[in-house]
Amino acid sequence: MSSLDPVLLSRMLTGLTLFVHIIFASIGVGVPLMIALAEWRGLRTNDIHYTLLARRWARGFVITVAVGVVTGTSIGLQLSLLWPMFMRVAGQAIALPLFMETFAFFVEAIFLGIYLYTWDRFKKKYTHMLLLIPVALGSSASAIFITTVNSFMNQPQGFTLINGIMKDIHPIAAMLNPATPTKVSHVLASSYTLSAGILAGIAAFSLLRGRDHVYYKKALKLTTVCALVFAVSTVMIGDSSGKFLAKYQPEKLAAAEWHFKTMTKAPLVYGGVLDENNEVKYAIEIPYALSILAGNRPDTEVKGLEEFPADLRPPLSIHYMFDLKVTTGVIILLIPVLYVFRRWLPGRKPYPKWLLLGIVLLGPLAMIAIELGWMFAEVGRQPWILRGYMKVSEAATTSTSVGWMLVLFILLYLILCFSAIRVLSKLFRNKEAEKELESLGLEGGIVH
Amino acid sequence: MMSYELIGISVLWLFLYGYLIVASIDFGAGFFAFYARLTKQDHLINRLISRYLSPVWEITNVFFVFFYIGIVGFFPDTAYYYGSALLVPGSIAVILLAIRGSFYAFENYGSKNNIVYLFLYGASGLLIPASLSVALTLSEGGFIVKEGSTVSLDYWTLFTNPLSWSIVGLAIVSVLFISSSFLAFYASRAEDHSALKLVRNYALFWSTPTIIIALTAFIYLGQHNARHFQNMMDLWWLLALSVAFFMIAMWLLYNGRRYGLAFICIMLQFFCAFFAYGIGQYPYILDPYITIQNSVTSPAMGFALVVVFIGGMCMLIPSLILVFKLFLFDADYVKGKK
Repeated sequence: MSSLDPVLLSRMLTGLTLFVHIIFASIGVGVPLMIALAEWRGLRTNDIHYTLLARRWARGFVITVAVGVVTGTSIGLQLSLLWPMFMRVAGQAIALPLFMETFAFFVEAIFLGIYLYTWDRFKKKYTHMLLLIPVALGSSASAIFITTVNSFMNQPQGFTLINGIMKDIHPIAAMLNPATPTKVSHVLASSYTLSAGILAGIAAFSLLRGRDHVYYKKALKLTTVCALVFAVSTVMIGDSSGKFLAKYQPEKLAAAEWHFKTMTKAPLVYGGVLDENNEVKYAIEIPYALSILAGNRPDTEVKGLEEFPADLRPPLSIHYMFDLKVTTGVIILLIPVLYVFRRWLPGRKPYPKWLLLGIVLLGPLAMIAIELGWMFAEVGRQPWILRGYMKVSEAATTSTSVGWMLVLFILLYLILCFSAIRVLSKLFRNKEAEKELESLGLEGGIVH
Repeated sequence: MMSYELIGISVLWLFLYGYLIVASIDFGAGFFAFYARLTKQDHLINRLISRYLSPVWEITNVFFVFFYIGIVGFFPDTAYYYGSALLVPGSIAVILLAIRGSFYAFENYGSKNNIVYLFLYGASGLLIPASLSVALTLSEGGFIVKEGSTVSLDYWTLFTNPLSWSIVGLAIVSVLFISSSFLAFYASRAEDHSALKLVRNYALFWSTPTIIIALTAFIYLGQHNARHFQNMMDLWWLLALSVAFFMIAMWLLYNGRRYGLAFICIMLQFFCAFFAYGIGQYPYILDPYITIQNSVTSPAMGFALVVVFIGGMCMLIPSLILVFKLFLFDADYVKGKK
């Protein structure tokens, strides 16, 4: 084991931690917003179903927050444990957003604790709902700050590097680098989509299992419409990310599109495989599409991979990640569209089974899209850790124990994910919403 | 005006102290919850513990992240030296923290009364302070070896050194002492007499090893790092204050009254000792590689961090006061009426 390169092992361990963390983190960013929305609707329309929805979501949310917090702590520490050379150099420039993130996290933690334990404790009903605003703001703000760090690694600016030491640092300029706007908005929108998608899937699953209480129908409507709105914005922001890449990280876009020669009217390559001579086979070529993606006009010149030295090119396998992520994104967008127009579809059923099945898949599909998106973004800036300044191979720890740590963390994450799923399903099994409504004495007096 | 690095290290030390207190309460409570289950006394204190801990467990964790991100931010060199040397103990601490945090949530919100979850939660509570205290031991110097650009930890020296073991021991008994005295205060507020009797006994029991091991660690520190020891001796009045607060706390606990004051005295006892230790270590963060002057971040970043810190405090302090008002000083909540 120790014969394996610590650089490769450090990459694997960091990748693994992020792989687990981003799912729970995205849920942590999006779900408070959905809970607030449900509770607010419940209060405004005086409809107890929405309030119960908020309560039940909050109960499950705590479990995911716990895993999100502990995996987030892992990645926070691993940044220094696995990449000490990187932190020594770049710590000068990224300390500010990291520090701000902990404050945002602090606020979120404090108010989430209060929110969970103060149902029915305030005289004014809206006060309790307002507690979610700092939770949602805190979680979104920490996503924003941490994404600026990642943007900085993709598009470093705001310093001069002299003999491996950063001088003349502008902390704000480093945070507000060209990659920040598209990355931050894409991360937020996709987190909201994931959260709305998972919650929609839960409602659809209950309906599929034959529970046709109006509670589930309301839940389905609220979450699916939200998923649609968020998915539309995610796709639109995704398009501007393409334009960003064309301008600032052309090698990433070129590798993602297997675009070797610089040209205008560049076609977009969808699917296909690459043979040993870098010839594309079995792919669908969409004329002009890459130029349009890069600059909104067919005569936009798109830089080809040949213009970059071979040792600075990202791996060509990111093409598959990119295509799969875009495809998944489009499917995620289509499913809620079909839901909205379901009464015009053949059959004209209010809740067709195939559509409910599709909605159940929204959450898992969004997870896949987020994982693929991050893998594309991260693998796509290889070989750099600080693009243009520091290579990954110069940044990793030299310790020979990384392999064993990797094994330990694999075990840890397996146990965590398995237990979280077990606890979550136990939490709601045999505890149907209908019964809870009855036991709370809340049913009755409400017109269905 | 104070320099950035001095502001930085003072703030961070204050936060580390904050973590020491809140985490000790948390870690110890987990252990006591497990111990009470084993000795079939859990019906007495479990409700008390979960009533205090449930709303704050996440906040405790943030104290740690805050300290850690802060020190790397203000002093990027610490990431290089400690990061390289602490890969194994650091990863183990992370794994323990992860097990503890998540299984607390699983046990508390999910499957209640799962003895395995409770064991993981309770046992990790004592191992985490032990693994985290390694970082303090390393700062004394002599355990980290630098050859060329490779920094590594000398495990043999670490494991055979009495100083490192006395620091581990001190961490564990302090956790149990701080936690039980806080729980005594909380039980007295809740007017829960059976729980109070139990946790007061815990507090009285753990006070003796705390003071003995503290003295032992101090003596071993003198043998290991004479400079640090001498600096602390120059701050003899702080150490004397610490002992005085300990005596007052013991007197109050023994007589069974004013538990709130007793807990404040214990907090002050640790505050004095902790700051005497920290000031005595000045100017080193890692003897002899990192001093606070030569490792500080650039002035622009230092300024930005201080500004953000002040802004953050303006949000944080009212929020923390709100939590205290709702869950610690609201007599009805503490008694379980809300």
